[in-house]
Amino acid sequence: MSTLLEARDLAAAIGGRTLVSCLDLKLDAGERLAILGRNGAGKTTLLHTLAGLRAPLAGDVSLCGEQLSALAPRRVAQLRGVLLQQQIDAFPASVLETALIGRHPWMERWAWESTADARTARQALAAVGLAELEQRDVHTLSGGERQRLAVATLLTQAPRLALLDEPLSHLDLNHQIAVLELLASRARESGMGMVMVMHDVNLARRYADRALLLFGDGSAQCGPVAEVLDAPTLSRLYGHPLRRIDAGGSDYFIPE
Amino acid sequence: MPTRRRALLVIAVLLAAGLLSLAGALLVGSYSIAPGEVLARLVGNGGSGTGADIVLGLRLPRALAAFACGALLALAGALMQVLLRNPLADPYVLGVSGGAAVGALSAMLFSLPLIFVHGGAFAGALAAMLTVFGLARGDGSWTQSRLLLTGVIVAAGCGAGVALILSLAPEQKLHSMLFWLMGDLSHAGSPWPALAVAAIGLALVMPIARDLNLLARGDLVASTLGVKVRSLRAAVYALGSLLTAVAVTTTGSVGFIGLVVPHLVRLAIGNDQRVLLPAATLAGGALLVVADTLARTVIAPQQLPVGVLTALLGVPVFLYLLSRQPKGGRE
Repeated sequence: MSTLLEARDLAAAIGGRTLVSCLDLKLDAGERLAILGRNGAGKTTLLHTLAGLRAPLAGDVSLCGEQLSALAPRRVAQLRGVLLQQQIDAFPASVLETALIGRHPWMERWAWESTADARTARQALAAVGLAELEQRDVHTLSGGERQRLAVATLLTQAPRLALLDEPLSHLDLNHQIAVLELLASRARESGMGMVMVMHDVNLARRYADRALLLFGDGSAQCGPVAEVLDAPTLSRLYGHPLRRIDAGGSDYFIPE
Repeated sequence: MPTRRRALLVIAVLLAAGLLSLAGALLVGSYSIAPGEVLARLVGNGGSGTGADIVLGLRLPRALAAFACGALLALAGALMQVLLRNPLADPYVLGVSGGAAVGALSAMLFSLPLIFVHGGAFAGALAAMLTVFGLARGDGSWTQSRLLLTGVIVAAGCGAGVALILSLAPEQKLHSMLFWLMGDLSHAGSPWPALAVAAIGLALVMPIARDLNLLARGDLVASTLGVKVRSLRAAVYALGSLLTAVAVTTTGSVGFIGLVVPHLVRLAIGNDQRVLLPAATLAGGALLVVADTLARTVIAPQQLPVGVLTALLGVPVFLYLLSRQPKGGRE
């Protein structure tokens, strides 16, 4: 198994507040890690630090065995993709054009999108159920459709590591499962590694191999979902009591 | 889906429109010259005479200056719209033209020769640009709103300076000052520097046009896809401002072109900067040539400020394009 992402002694802060400190993390190909924590606990800050979008306060991050800060931005974009928490469209653009921006890191300076690029983008759109909408303007999409387009753009980019900030936001139940299943299939088939910021404990338990809990005070806990996710820890994590329910062999957490 | 073929087609059409506008500018005027004679003068075997003097000495430089300035303003406007991620941005939004106006009008106020008016405009534009650049960088964060706010405030300050000069100026100078403020090509001088700057500017942005596509979608999106956002933003700001400075130095602050031409082109062909930047450059040039030809002919021998005509021409075209906005998608 090749290591996609490694963080050593990592610290991250925002607005003068240290949210993560002394974090060691390793992610192999095909592995899925869920980041859980309260609002403002530093989930996005950590994800952006791992993505190289902000510099760490201390420690370092390496991507596919190379120091992140030493890699050229274009190379970084070939290795890792980021699904941002918000999608902002200042200018009109079609759905297909928007998915095609994922090819940018793979294209030479004077190249235009090839038919192969278009095929990749169309396959990604089909995978998230947007094939019929490829000519639509992004401004006419619903929130959930826009979110699925962002997932399609990430799949078009085809990175080895995907860093997803709330991949399920705006999605209905049906599409939450569909997107998680789609990502799971990419992890199985092409070995894409994933770090997902999530809010749904039960989906995290079902669709992640490991969970990283951020307590917001710099402390963190990481381990396989079956070990880390238990009622007392989650109650402490969210500051609200949770109860574990056994429903026919699988466990679910519900808030009291 | 964006293709190179479509881009080349759009550019070929606009190139033809540009040449057509220049031909029109050479032919039309209070002194009528036959098309054959104009052509003969242009290829250089027409000898001398009044016709040759008018075509080569007056109309050609003026038409080329108009083309260059229209091109500069439209390109600068397109860059500012990407930089500020706002389709309502124009080349003047960050105060460059305000600085130029203060410089040029000060020179006029003290009755300095024309060269000082041009020099004052350029110096003023650079001063405004450096002020905004220096202040907006501040803590190095370079945020959108900070840049926009700094620019708007500097522009407002310059506006006050212009108002002050206008109120101090003797009446016989007001007319030329107002013409400068509205944009006027009758004192344009040699068109070659502006043309060269427009060509260099376009040559500089074409290799980074696809990066600009990403920048238009947001700094974070661009960063995640491998664009060096900070250096790109600084470069785009510097280039956009310099292009604007050269344009206003040549013709005064011609309004409307920088705002509306990129927008118009975007409505017609989409927001792919690889097509939009060259297309806006050509369309801006052609539009200003047409506007200037009209400005010197509609009520000849009197001349109108060209800025008035760019607006009069642009507004109906713009409203038409806006009203036929595609329902939902584009081809």
